[in-house]
Amino acid sequence: MKAVRSAVALAALAIAPSLLAQGSTADEIAKYRAALQDGNPAELWEGRGEALWKQQRGPKNVSLERCDLGLGAGVVKGAYAQLPRYFADADRVMDLETRLVWCMVTLQGYSEADAKKNPFGNGNDRKSDLEALTAYITSESRGVKMNVPMRHAKEAEAYRVGEKLFYFRGGTHDFACATCHSEEGKRIRLQDLPNLTTAEGAQKAYTTWPAYRVSQGELRTFEWRLYDCFRQQRFPELVFGSDAAIALTMFLARNANGAPFDAPAIKR
Amino acid sequence: MRSYARLGLLVVTAIVGGGCATALDESETAAKAAAALKASFRPAGQAGVDRLEQDETQRVCSLAAGKAPPKDVAAMIEQANLATIRYPADGKLLGDWKNGERIAQEGRGKQFSDDPKGPVGANCYACHQLSKGELSFGTIGPSLYQYGKLRGNSVDVQRYTFGKIYNSEAFAACTNMPRFGHKGILSEQQIKDVAALLLDPASPVNQ
Repeated sequence: MKAVRSAVALAALAIAPSLLAQGSTADEIAKYRAALQDGNPAELWEGRGEALWKQQRGPKNVSLERCDLGLGAGVVKGAYAQLPRYFADADRVMDLETRLVWCMVTLQGYSEADAKKNPFGNGNDRKSDLEALTAYITSESRGVKMNVPMRHAKEAEAYRVGEKLFYFRGGTHDFACATCHSEEGKRIRLQDLPNLTTAEGAQKAYTTWPAYRVSQGELRTFEWRLYDCFRQQRFPELVFGSDAAIALTMFLARNANGAPFDAPAIKR
Repeated sequence: MRSYARLGLLVVTAIVGGGCATALDESETAAKAAAALKASFRPAGQAGVDRLEQDETQRVCSLAAGKAPPKDVAAMIEQANLATIRYPADGKLLGDWKNGERIAQEGRGKQFSDDPKGPVGANCYACHQLSKGELSFGTIGPSLYQYGKLRGNSVDVQRYTFGKIYNSEAFAACTNMPRFGHKGILSEQQIKDVAALLLDPASPVNQ
Protein backbone atom coordinates (compact mmCIF):
# COMPACT_ATOMS: atom_id res chain seq x y z
CA MET A 1 0.00 0.00 0.00
CA LYS A 2 2.81 2.37 0.91
CA ALA A 3 4.53 1.63 -2.39
CA VAL A 4 1.35 2.44 -4.30
CA ARG A 5 0.91 5.71 -2.41
CA SER A 6 4.47 6.91 -3.00
CA ALA A 7 4.31 6.01 -6.69
CA VAL A 8 1.15 8.07 -6.94
CA ALA A 9 2.76 10.94 -5.03
CA LEU A 10 5.74 10.89 -7.39
CA ALA A 11 3.51 11.03 -10.42
CA ALA A 12 1.67 13.96 -8.88
CA LEU A 13 4.92 15.80 -8.23
CA ALA A 14 6.04 15.27 -11.79
CA ILE A 15 3.28 17.52 -13.06
CA ALA A 16 2.97 20.03 -10.25
CA PRO A 17 0.49 22.70 -11.43
CA SER A 18 3.03 25.53 -11.26
CA LEU A 19 5.01 23.88 -14.03
CA LEU A 20 2.07 23.80 -16.38
CA ALA A 21 1.17 26.42 -18.90
CA GLN A 22 -2.41 27.66 -18.40
CA GLY A 23 -3.91 26.32 -21.62
CA SER A 24 -2.57 22.81 -21.40
CA THR A 25 -3.54 22.12 -17.79
CA ALA A 26 -6.62 20.06 -18.64
CA ASP A 27 -4.73 18.07 -21.28
CA GLU A 28 -1.90 17.33 -18.89
CA ILE A 29 -4.28 16.22 -16.17
CA ALA A 30 -6.07 13.98 -18.67
CA LYS A 31 -2.73 12.38 -19.61
CA TYR A 32 -1.87 12.00 -15.96
CA ARG A 33 -5.15 10.25 -15.25
CA ALA A 34 -4.68 7.96 -18.24
CA ALA A 35 -1.18 7.06 -17.05
CA LEU A 36 -2.52 6.12 -13.62
CA GLN A 37 -5.59 4.26 -14.82
CA ASP A 38 -3.71 0.97 -15.05
CA GLY A 39 -2.65 1.05 -11.44
CA ASN A 40 -5.59 2.83 -9.84
CA PRO A 41 -5.36 2.31 -6.07
CA ALA A 42 -9.20 2.28 -6.06
CA GLU A 43 -8.81 -1.44 -6.79
CA LEU A 44 -7.77 -1.92 -3.17
CA TRP A 45 -11.15 -0.49 -2.07
CA GLU A 46 -13.00 -2.57 -4.66
CA GLY A 47 -11.35 -5.75 -3.39
CA ARG A 48 -12.10 -4.97 0.23
CA GLY A 49 -15.67 -4.04 -0.69
CA GLU A 50 -16.27 -7.32 -2.51
CA ALA A 51 -15.04 -9.25 0.53
CA LEU A 52 -17.34 -7.18 2.80
CA TRP A 53 -20.29 -7.83 0.48
CA LYS A 54 -19.79 -11.60 0.67
CA GLN A 55 -18.76 -11.87 4.30
CA GLN A 56 -21.23 -13.00 6.97
CA ARG A 57 -21.44 -10.04 9.32
CA GLY A 58 -23.58 -8.18 11.81
CA PRO A 59 -25.84 -9.36 14.64
CA LYS A 60 -27.63 -11.75 12.24
CA ASN A 61 -24.34 -13.03 10.78
CA VAL A 62 -25.43 -12.95 7.13
CA SER A 63 -23.81 -11.53 4.01
CA LEU A 64 -25.19 -8.71 1.86
CA GLU A 65 -25.57 -11.04 -1.11
CA ARG A 66 -29.39 -10.98 -0.82
CA CYS A 67 -29.47 -7.16 -0.84
CA ASP A 68 -31.75 -5.78 -3.58
CA LEU A 69 -30.03 -2.80 -5.23
CA GLY A 70 -32.96 -2.31 -7.60
CA LEU A 71 -32.44 -5.08 -10.14
CA GLY A 72 -33.45 -7.94 -7.83
CA ALA A 73 -31.97 -9.54 -4.72
CA GLY A 74 -28.22 -10.00 -5.08
CA VAL A 75 -27.92 -8.46 -8.58
CA VAL A 76 -24.85 -6.22 -8.53
CA LYS A 77 -23.95 -6.03 -12.24
CA GLY A 78 -25.24 -2.76 -13.69
CA ALA A 79 -27.17 -1.81 -10.53
CA TYR A 80 -25.36 1.49 -9.93
CA ALA A 81 -26.14 2.74 -13.44
CA GLN A 82 -29.84 2.71 -12.46
CA LEU A 83 -29.53 4.49 -9.10
CA PRO A 84 -30.94 6.48 -7.38
CA ARG A 85 -34.38 4.91 -7.71
CA TYR A 86 -37.59 4.38 -5.76
CA PHE A 87 -37.70 1.31 -3.48
CA ALA A 88 -41.19 0.16 -2.51
CA ASP A 89 -40.01 -1.65 0.65
CA ALA A 90 -38.58 1.60 2.05
CA ASP A 91 -41.15 3.82 0.26
CA ARG A 92 -38.30 6.17 -0.55
CA VAL A 93 -35.93 7.14 -3.33
CA MET A 94 -32.45 5.88 -2.36
CA ASP A 95 -28.93 6.30 -3.67
CA LEU A 96 -26.46 3.42 -3.40
CA GLU A 97 -25.03 4.43 -0.04
CA THR A 98 -28.49 4.80 1.53
CA ARG A 99 -29.54 1.44 0.09
CA LEU A 100 -26.44 -0.25 1.52
CA VAL A 101 -27.31 1.12 4.96
CA TRP A 102 -30.87 -0.18 4.48
CA CYS A 103 -29.56 -3.68 3.71
CA MET A 104 -27.10 -3.62 6.62
CA VAL A 105 -30.04 -2.83 8.91
CA THR A 106 -32.72 -5.12 7.45
CA LEU A 107 -30.53 -8.11 6.48
CA GLN A 108 -27.56 -8.00 8.82
CA GLY A 109 -29.34 -6.54 11.86
CA TYR A 110 -27.13 -3.51 12.43
CA SER A 111 -28.70 -0.44 14.00
CA GLU A 112 -29.01 2.43 11.52
CA ALA A 113 -26.61 4.51 13.64
CA ASP A 114 -23.99 1.73 13.55
CA ALA A 115 -24.38 1.22 9.80
CA LYS A 116 -23.91 4.95 9.13
CA LYS A 117 -21.32 5.81 11.73
CA ASN A 118 -18.26 5.90 9.45
CA PRO A 119 -19.38 7.07 6.01
CA PHE A 120 -15.99 8.53 4.97
CA GLY A 121 -12.46 7.32 5.69
CA ASN A 122 -9.86 9.74 7.03
CA GLY A 123 -7.18 9.04 4.39
CA ASN A 124 -5.22 7.07 6.94
CA ASP A 125 -5.96 4.11 9.19
CA ARG A 126 -9.69 4.76 9.69
CA LYS A 127 -11.19 3.15 6.60
CA SER A 128 -14.89 3.28 5.75
CA ASP A 129 -16.71 0.02 4.98
CA LEU A 130 -19.35 2.03 3.12
CA GLU A 131 -16.73 3.54 0.81
CA ALA A 132 -15.28 0.08 0.14
CA LEU A 133 -18.71 -1.43 -0.57
CA THR A 134 -19.53 1.53 -2.83
CA ALA A 135 -16.24 1.02 -4.72
CA TYR A 136 -17.10 -2.64 -5.34
CA ILE A 137 -20.72 -2.10 -6.38
CA THR A 138 -19.90 0.81 -8.70
CA SER A 139 -17.04 -1.11 -10.33
CA GLU A 140 -19.65 -3.67 -11.42
CA SER A 141 -21.31 -0.96 -13.55
CA ARG A 142 -18.19 0.07 -15.44
CA GLY A 143 -19.06 0.39 -19.13
CA VAL A 144 -22.81 0.21 -18.45
CA LYS A 145 -24.87 3.12 -19.81
CA MET A 146 -26.41 5.37 -17.17
CA ASN A 147 -30.14 4.68 -17.13
CA VAL A 148 -31.65 6.30 -14.02
CA PRO A 149 -35.41 5.73 -14.00
CA MET A 150 -38.08 8.41 -13.58
CA ARG A 151 -41.24 6.30 -13.62
CA HIS A 152 -42.36 6.71 -10.02
CA ALA A 153 -43.81 10.01 -8.81
CA LYS A 154 -41.25 10.12 -5.99
CA GLU A 155 -38.41 9.78 -8.50
CA ALA A 156 -39.74 12.75 -10.44
CA GLU A 157 -40.17 14.69 -7.21
CA ALA A 158 -36.60 13.94 -6.08
CA TYR A 159 -35.33 15.20 -9.44
CA ARG A 160 -37.29 18.47 -9.19
CA VAL A 161 -36.20 19.03 -5.58
CA GLY A 162 -32.59 18.29 -6.57
CA GLU A 163 -32.78 20.87 -9.33
CA LYS A 164 -34.16 23.42 -6.89
CA LEU A 165 -31.36 22.71 -4.40
CA PHE A 166 -28.78 23.06 -7.17
CA TYR A 167 -29.78 26.74 -7.50
CA PHE A 168 -30.27 27.40 -3.76
CA ARG A 169 -28.05 30.30 -2.66
CA GLY A 170 -27.26 30.70 1.00
CA GLY A 171 -24.62 30.98 3.70
CA THR A 172 -22.07 33.69 4.32
CA HIS A 173 -20.91 33.71 0.68
CA ASP A 174 -24.27 33.44 -1.19
CA PHE A 175 -22.99 30.33 -2.96
CA ALA A 176 -25.12 27.72 -4.71
CA CYS A 177 -23.96 24.61 -6.60
CA ALA A 178 -24.75 26.69 -9.70
CA THR A 179 -22.24 29.39 -8.73
CA CYS A 180 -19.37 27.14 -9.84
CA HIS A 181 -21.12 24.57 -12.02
CA SER A 182 -23.41 26.31 -14.52
CA GLU A 183 -21.02 27.79 -17.09
CA GLU A 184 -18.69 26.28 -19.67
CA GLY A 185 -14.92 26.37 -19.37
CA LYS A 186 -14.61 27.91 -15.92
CA ARG A 187 -12.12 27.00 -13.23
CA ILE A 188 -11.27 27.68 -9.58
CA ARG A 189 -7.55 28.40 -9.40
CA LEU A 190 -6.33 25.78 -11.91
CA GLN A 191 -9.09 23.26 -11.24
CA ASP A 192 -11.50 22.85 -14.17
CA LEU A 193 -15.17 22.97 -13.19
CA PRO A 194 -17.76 20.80 -14.91
CA ASN A 195 -20.89 22.58 -16.14
CA LEU A 196 -23.50 20.35 -14.53
CA THR A 197 -26.44 21.99 -16.30
CA THR A 198 -25.57 20.34 -19.63
CA ALA A 199 -25.91 16.62 -20.42
CA GLU A 200 -22.28 16.45 -21.48
CA GLY A 201 -21.01 18.14 -18.32
CA ALA A 202 -23.17 16.06 -15.98
CA GLN A 203 -22.16 12.86 -17.80
CA LYS A 204 -18.45 13.58 -17.58
CA ALA A 205 -18.66 14.47 -13.89
CA TYR A 206 -21.14 11.90 -12.59
CA THR A 207 -19.71 8.87 -14.40
CA THR A 208 -16.25 9.46 -12.86
CA TRP A 209 -17.29 9.15 -9.19
CA PRO A 210 -16.35 7.37 -6.96
CA ALA A 211 -12.70 8.24 -7.44
CA TYR A 212 -9.40 7.62 -5.74
CA ARG A 213 -8.24 11.09 -4.66
CA VAL A 214 -4.47 11.25 -4.93
CA SER A 215 -4.28 14.34 -2.71
CA GLN A 216 -6.17 12.55 0.07
CA GLY A 217 -4.97 8.96 -0.33
CA GLU A 218 -8.60 7.92 -0.09
CA LEU A 219 -11.39 6.62 -2.27
CA ARG A 220 -14.25 9.12 -2.32
CA THR A 221 -17.89 8.47 -3.14
CA PHE A 222 -20.46 10.79 -4.71
CA GLU A 223 -22.00 11.44 -1.29
CA TRP A 224 -18.57 12.61 -0.16
CA ARG A 225 -18.33 14.86 -3.24
CA LEU A 226 -21.58 16.59 -2.26
CA TYR A 227 -20.57 16.79 1.43
CA ASP A 228 -17.29 18.50 0.60
CA CYS A 229 -18.82 20.88 -1.97
CA PHE A 230 -21.24 22.11 0.71
CA ARG A 231 -18.34 22.54 3.15
CA GLN A 232 -16.64 24.83 0.65
CA GLN A 233 -19.95 26.58 0.01
CA ARG A 234 -19.78 27.57 3.71
CA PHE A 235 -22.98 25.63 4.41
CA PRO A 236 -23.44 23.55 7.57
CA GLU A 237 -22.76 19.81 7.36
CA LEU A 238 -24.71 17.69 4.86
CA VAL A 239 -26.21 14.68 6.65
CA PHE A 240 -25.24 11.32 5.14
CA GLY A 241 -28.15 9.70 3.28
CA SER A 242 -30.32 12.78 3.75
CA ASP A 243 -33.13 13.87 1.43
CA ALA A 244 -31.05 16.73 0.03
CA ALA A 245 -28.11 14.42 -0.72
CA ILE A 246 -30.37 11.93 -2.50
CA ALA A 247 -32.32 14.61 -4.42
CA LEU A 248 -29.15 16.26 -5.71
CA THR A 249 -27.72 12.87 -6.66
CA MET A 250 -30.96 12.09 -8.51
CA PHE A 251 -30.77 15.39 -10.43
CA LEU A 252 -27.17 14.82 -11.51
CA ALA A 253 -27.37 11.06 -12.13
CA ARG A 254 -30.48 11.43 -14.26
CA ASN A 255 -28.82 14.24 -16.25
CA ALA A 256 -25.96 11.82 -16.93
CA ASN A 257 -28.27 9.24 -18.57
CA GLY A 258 -26.97 7.75 -21.81
CA ALA A 259 -23.28 7.93 -20.98
CA PRO A 260 -21.28 4.80 -20.09
CA PHE A 261 -20.38 4.69 -16.41
CA ASP A 262 -16.60 4.84 -15.95
CA ALA A 263 -15.61 4.59 -12.29
CA PRO A 264 -14.05 4.12 -9.78
CA ALA A 265 -11.79 6.67 -11.42
CA ILE A 266 -8.70 8.52 -10.23
CA LYS A 267 -8.53 12.25 -9.59
CA ARG A 268 -5.90 14.63 -8.34
CA MET B 1 -38.66 48.03 1.01
CA ARG B 2 -42.22 46.77 0.72
CA SER B 3 -41.91 46.29 -3.00
CA TYR B 4 -38.62 44.50 -2.41
CA ALA B 5 -40.44 41.91 -0.31
CA ARG B 6 -42.66 41.11 -3.29
CA LEU B 7 -39.67 40.39 -5.50
CA GLY B 8 -39.98 36.63 -5.19
CA LEU B 9 -43.46 36.64 -6.62
CA LEU B 10 -42.36 38.84 -9.50
CA VAL B 11 -39.51 36.49 -10.36
CA VAL B 12 -41.68 33.38 -10.24
CA THR B 13 -44.27 35.04 -12.45
CA ALA B 14 -41.61 36.17 -14.89
CA ILE B 15 -39.84 32.82 -15.05
CA VAL B 16 -42.67 30.32 -14.88
CA GLY B 17 -44.91 32.47 -17.04
CA GLY B 18 -47.36 29.86 -18.26
CA GLY B 19 -50.46 28.45 -16.57
CA CYS B 20 -51.57 27.91 -12.98
CA ALA B 21 -50.59 24.22 -12.92
CA THR B 22 -46.94 25.06 -13.49
CA ALA B 23 -46.98 27.74 -10.83
CA LEU B 24 -48.56 25.27 -8.39
CA ASP B 25 -45.94 22.60 -9.14
CA GLU B 26 -43.32 25.25 -8.67
CA SER B 27 -44.53 26.24 -5.21
CA GLU B 28 -44.98 22.59 -4.18
CA THR B 29 -41.44 21.80 -5.28
CA ALA B 30 -40.17 24.86 -3.43
CA ALA B 31 -41.91 23.68 -0.24
CA LYS B 32 -40.47 20.17 -0.60
CA ALA B 33 -37.00 21.57 -1.26
CA ALA B 34 -37.26 23.76 1.84
CA ALA B 35 -38.29 20.73 3.93
CA ALA B 36 -35.45 18.66 2.47
CA LEU B 37 -32.93 21.38 3.34
CA LYS B 38 -34.20 21.62 6.89
CA ALA B 39 -33.90 17.87 7.41
CA SER B 40 -30.57 17.43 5.66
CA PHE B 41 -28.05 19.70 7.35
CA ARG B 42 -26.70 19.86 10.87
CA PRO B 43 -24.56 22.48 12.60
CA ALA B 44 -20.81 21.84 12.39
CA GLY B 45 -17.97 23.96 13.70
CA GLN B 46 -18.78 27.61 13.12
CA ALA B 47 -21.50 26.84 10.52
CA GLY B 48 -24.97 26.77 12.09
CA VAL B 49 -28.14 25.84 10.23
CA ASP B 50 -29.10 29.53 10.33
CA ARG B 51 -26.86 29.85 7.29
CA LEU B 52 -29.66 28.20 5.31
CA GLU B 53 -32.10 30.99 6.13
CA GLN B 54 -32.05 33.08 2.98
CA ASP B 55 -32.23 36.85 2.87
CA GLU B 56 -34.29 38.46 0.10
CA THR B 57 -31.37 38.72 -2.31
CA GLN B 58 -30.46 35.06 -1.90
CA ARG B 59 -34.09 33.99 -2.22
CA VAL B 60 -34.79 36.01 -5.34
CA CYS B 61 -31.52 35.07 -7.01
CA SER B 62 -32.19 31.36 -6.28
CA LEU B 63 -35.56 31.68 -8.01
CA ALA B 64 -33.84 33.16 -11.05
CA ALA B 65 -32.08 29.74 -11.29
CA GLY B 66 -28.87 30.86 -12.93
CA LYS B 67 -30.54 33.28 -15.34
CA ALA B 68 -30.48 37.06 -15.14
CA PRO B 69 -33.46 38.34 -13.14
CA PRO B 70 -35.97 40.62 -14.93
CA LYS B 71 -34.72 44.21 -15.24
CA ASP B 72 -37.06 45.79 -12.68
CA VAL B 73 -36.28 43.04 -10.18
CA ALA B 74 -32.54 43.50 -10.74
CA ALA B 75 -32.91 47.23 -10.12
CA MET B 76 -34.68 46.58 -6.81
CA ILE B 77 -32.01 44.11 -5.68
CA GLU B 78 -29.26 46.58 -6.50
CA GLN B 79 -31.02 49.46 -4.77
CA ALA B 80 -31.63 47.47 -1.59
CA ASN B 81 -28.03 46.27 -1.44
CA LEU B 82 -26.60 49.70 -2.22
CA ALA B 83 -28.29 50.98 0.92
CA THR B 84 -26.29 48.53 3.06
CA ILE B 85 -22.83 49.82 2.16
CA ARG B 86 -21.01 51.54 5.03
CA TYR B 87 -18.15 53.63 3.71
CA PRO B 88 -15.20 54.25 6.11
CA ALA B 89 -15.90 57.03 8.61
CA ASP B 90 -12.35 58.34 8.20
CA GLY B 91 -12.93 58.78 4.46
CA LYS B 92 -9.85 56.72 3.62
CA LEU B 93 -10.81 54.10 1.03
CA LEU B 94 -7.45 52.47 0.34
CA GLY B 95 -5.25 50.48 2.73
CA ASP B 96 -2.07 48.47 2.26
CA TRP B 97 -1.83 46.50 -1.01
CA LYS B 98 0.64 44.01 0.54
CA ASN B 99 -1.95 42.97 3.10
CA GLY B 100 -4.46 42.99 0.26
CA GLU B 101 -2.38 40.44 -1.65
CA ARG B 102 -2.33 38.13 1.41
CA ILE B 103 -6.10 38.46 1.77
CA ALA B 104 -6.56 37.78 -1.95
CA GLN B 105 -4.50 34.57 -1.64
CA GLU B 106 -6.13 33.30 1.56
CA GLY B 107 -8.79 30.65 0.91
CA ARG B 108 -9.64 29.82 4.49
CA GLY B 109 -12.45 31.27 6.54
CA LYS B 110 -16.09 30.54 7.40
CA GLN B 111 -15.99 26.84 6.42
CA PHE B 112 -17.11 24.46 9.16
CA SER B 113 -13.65 22.90 8.98
CA ASP B 114 -11.88 26.23 9.58
CA ASP B 115 -10.63 27.41 12.96
CA PRO B 116 -13.11 30.15 13.96
CA LYS B 117 -10.16 32.13 15.34
CA GLY B 118 -8.04 31.54 12.23
CA PRO B 119 -7.61 33.76 9.17
CA VAL B 120 -10.54 34.73 6.97
CA GLY B 121 -9.55 35.56 3.42
CA ALA B 122 -11.28 36.82 0.31
CA ASN B 123 -9.74 34.12 -1.93
CA CYS B 124 -9.92 36.53 -4.91
CA TYR B 125 -7.51 34.36 -6.93
CA ALA B 126 -9.98 31.46 -6.80
CA CYS B 127 -12.06 33.33 -9.40
CA HIS B 128 -9.96 36.24 -10.75
CA GLN B 129 -6.62 36.91 -12.34
CA LEU B 130 -4.93 39.73 -10.40
CA SER B 131 -1.15 40.05 -10.38
CA LYS B 132 0.74 38.69 -13.38
CA GLY B 133 3.03 36.66 -11.15
CA GLU B 134 0.29 34.38 -9.82
CA LEU B 135 -0.45 31.76 -12.48
CA SER B 136 -2.87 29.79 -10.33
CA PHE B 137 -6.01 31.84 -10.79
CA GLY B 138 -9.61 30.97 -11.59
CA THR B 139 -11.91 32.28 -14.31
CA ILE B 140 -15.38 32.49 -12.77
CA GLY B 141 -14.93 36.27 -12.53
CA PRO B 142 -13.24 38.61 -15.03
CA SER B 143 -9.49 39.25 -15.04
CA LEU B 144 -8.60 42.17 -12.76
CA TYR B 145 -5.03 42.48 -14.03
CA GLN B 146 -4.23 46.21 -14.44
CA TYR B 147 -7.54 47.08 -12.76
CA GLY B 148 -6.24 50.43 -11.52
CA LYS B 149 -4.11 51.18 -14.52
CA LEU B 150 -7.17 50.96 -16.76
CA ARG B 151 -9.53 52.92 -14.50
CA GLY B 152 -7.34 55.47 -12.79
CA ASN B 153 -7.30 56.17 -9.08
CA SER B 154 -9.97 58.88 -8.68
CA VAL B 155 -12.14 59.07 -5.56
CA ASP B 156 -15.11 57.87 -7.61
CA VAL B 157 -13.21 54.76 -8.72
CA GLN B 158 -12.05 54.19 -5.13
CA ARG B 159 -15.63 54.48 -3.83
CA TYR B 160 -16.95 52.12 -6.48
CA THR B 161 -14.18 49.58 -5.75
CA PHE B 162 -14.68 49.68 -1.98
CA GLY B 163 -18.45 49.40 -2.49
CA LYS B 164 -18.16 46.52 -4.96
CA ILE B 165 -16.10 44.47 -2.51
CA TYR B 166 -18.39 45.47 0.38
CA ASN B 167 -21.59 44.49 -1.42
CA SER B 168 -21.29 43.28 -5.02
CA GLU B 169 -25.07 42.89 -5.35
CA ALA B 170 -25.39 46.68 -5.29
CA PHE B 171 -23.85 46.86 -8.75
CA ALA B 172 -24.74 43.55 -10.45
CA ALA B 173 -27.87 41.74 -9.25
CA CYS B 174 -27.39 38.00 -8.70
CA THR B 175 -23.65 38.16 -9.36
CA ASN B 176 -21.60 35.11 -8.32
CA MET B 177 -19.38 37.32 -6.14
CA PRO B 178 -19.84 37.23 -2.34
CA ARG B 179 -20.83 40.37 -0.38
CA PHE B 180 -17.67 40.59 1.70
CA GLY B 181 -18.60 43.54 3.90
CA HIS B 182 -22.36 43.12 4.11
CA LYS B 183 -22.09 39.47 5.18
CA GLY B 184 -19.27 40.10 7.64
CA ILE B 185 -16.65 38.07 5.80
CA LEU B 186 -14.03 40.86 5.69
CA SER B 187 -13.47 43.76 8.07
CA GLU B 188 -13.48 47.37 6.84
CA GLN B 189 -9.66 47.40 7.01
CA GLN B 190 -9.41 44.20 4.97
CA ILE B 191 -11.68 45.69 2.29
CA LYS B 192 -9.47 48.79 2.18
CA ASP B 193 -6.43 46.54 1.75
CA VAL B 194 -7.98 44.60 -1.12
CA ALA B 195 -9.09 47.88 -2.74
CA ALA B 196 -5.46 49.02 -2.49
CA LEU B 197 -4.29 45.82 -4.16
CA LEU B 198 -6.54 46.76 -7.09
CA LEU B 199 -5.83 50.49 -7.24
CA ASP B 200 -2.42 51.33 -5.74
CA PRO B 201 -0.06 52.19 -8.59
CA ALA B 202 2.68 50.23 -6.76
CA SER B 203 0.55 47.06 -6.54
CA PRO B 204 1.65 44.12 -8.74
CA VAL B 205 -1.87 44.19 -10.20
CA ASN B 206 -0.98 47.47 -11.96
CA GLN B 207 2.48 46.57 -13.26
